[in-house]
Amino acid sequence: MARIIAGVGCSHVPAIGVAMDTGITEQPYWQPVFKGFEFSRKWMAEKKPDVVFLVYNDHCTAFDASCIPTFALGAAAEFTPADEGFGPRPVPVVKNHQKMASHIAQSLILDEFDMTIMNEMEVDHGLTVPLSVMYGDRKPEDDWGVLVIPLAVNVVQYPAPTGNRCYQLGKAIKRAIESYPEELNVVIFGTGGMSHQLQYTRAGLINPEFDKMFLDKLTADPVGLSQMPHVDYLREAGSEGVEMVMWHVMRGALDDDVVEVHRHYHVPASNTAVGHIILENKDI
Amino acid sequence: MLSPSGGFQTRTHATRPTGGPMTNKDYEDIPGTFVFDADRSREGYHLNQFCISLRLQKNRDAFAKGEEAYLDAYPMTPEQRGAVLKRDWNLLLELGGNIYYTSKLAANDGINFQNLAGLMTGMGVEAYRAMMLAGGRPIEGNRYKSEWEKK
Repeated sequence: MARIIAGVGCSHVPAIGVAMDTGITEQPYWQPVFKGFEFSRKWMAEKKPDVVFLVYNDHCTAFDASCIPTFALGAAAEFTPADEGFGPRPVPVVKNHQKMASHIAQSLILDEFDMTIMNEMEVDHGLTVPLSVMYGDRKPEDDWGVLVIPLAVNVVQYPAPTGNRCYQLGKAIKRAIESYPEELNVVIFGTGGMSHQLQYTRAGLINPEFDKMFLDKLTADPVGLSQMPHVDYLREAGSEGVEMVMWHVMRGALDDDVVEVHRHYHVPASNTAVGHIILENKDI
Repeated sequence: MLSPSGGFQTRTHATRPTGGPMTNKDYEDIPGTFVFDADRSREGYHLNQFCISLRLQKNRDAFAKGEEAYLDAYPMTPEQRGAVLKRDWNLLLELGGNIYYTSKLAANDGINFQNLAGLMTGMGVEAYRAMMLAGGRPIEGNRYKSEWEKK
């Protein structure tokens, strides 16, 4: 049977991708951001999962305002990096584990999560930046070295799904993956955040106290954390900080007891507090 | 849960978030912030669809050739149209624009997210960048509209 061995929480700031794509990661501004991923790249190489289940949000790239699915699961064979307004990122095409993805889609719908199924989808920085920080530099002709099942969550138009719904979806994803009959190791990513506000006159808001609380409770009190209402994210972590609901999907898919093996936090990357955590299931 | 003073309180029991009436906009008292809800999405629909069209190079080329003619394809209000032509970034948000959309118009003009924030906050690009390097805008005094009104 397939199994989830660990979860990764990770910001997906577009400027981090730009810094890697333009080769400026050693500059003083960026160096501390990337230093926190050195451990993570070694960890990925050591764990070498067969599949990454990657929870992210599309930033009006694959979905414009005409169609806004709350949960959209990627079932296509592959996903091309999108042009987000300044040309596509020079990174590899993302390849799916298509058979497992369709198994998960069926399992989730029978488990009463009404998923949208994407048989064609371009992917934006929300998906490719987490792969870049965790796997390191890759050229377009390279391979990511892992198969990726994308799950796009609406966090652009209010309301995003509740933290509770995301956490419960994570539980259903765990059931789906554990009922897949091949011996495969899966790592699940929850991406976005941490505190940031990109818009209007409160832009630039950063709340390290909130972010630390969030990271702490992922291990100490994930169920309590998943009950936090949207207004607390919007007020305390900025209007775009509500992306953090996606981390609950990751946390819900793990066992109740996890071990935090790595944490990284840095301000700023562009407008955003960069947060990153690795949680391992104890029983692996 | 967070108290108004900013301290973190532990909930005594897990409560399921309740939907409640849609008119109960408990986020409307956050200062300097638009929450892009269904009402804003409806108001800004054509404006946002125009902005997102600039994601593609062929559309950016057409827009560059003639902004007025390009905008004719999008039935937005005269105010929204004027805000696009004037690049009034805050007015675009006030009229139903969302930052992930308006940032595509900014990208078309060579303005990235951080520099756009410098413009929207009225701080200017350099002062905004310096604020971010110093740790960003603090949460203290920036939770409630009433806190801004006192200033």
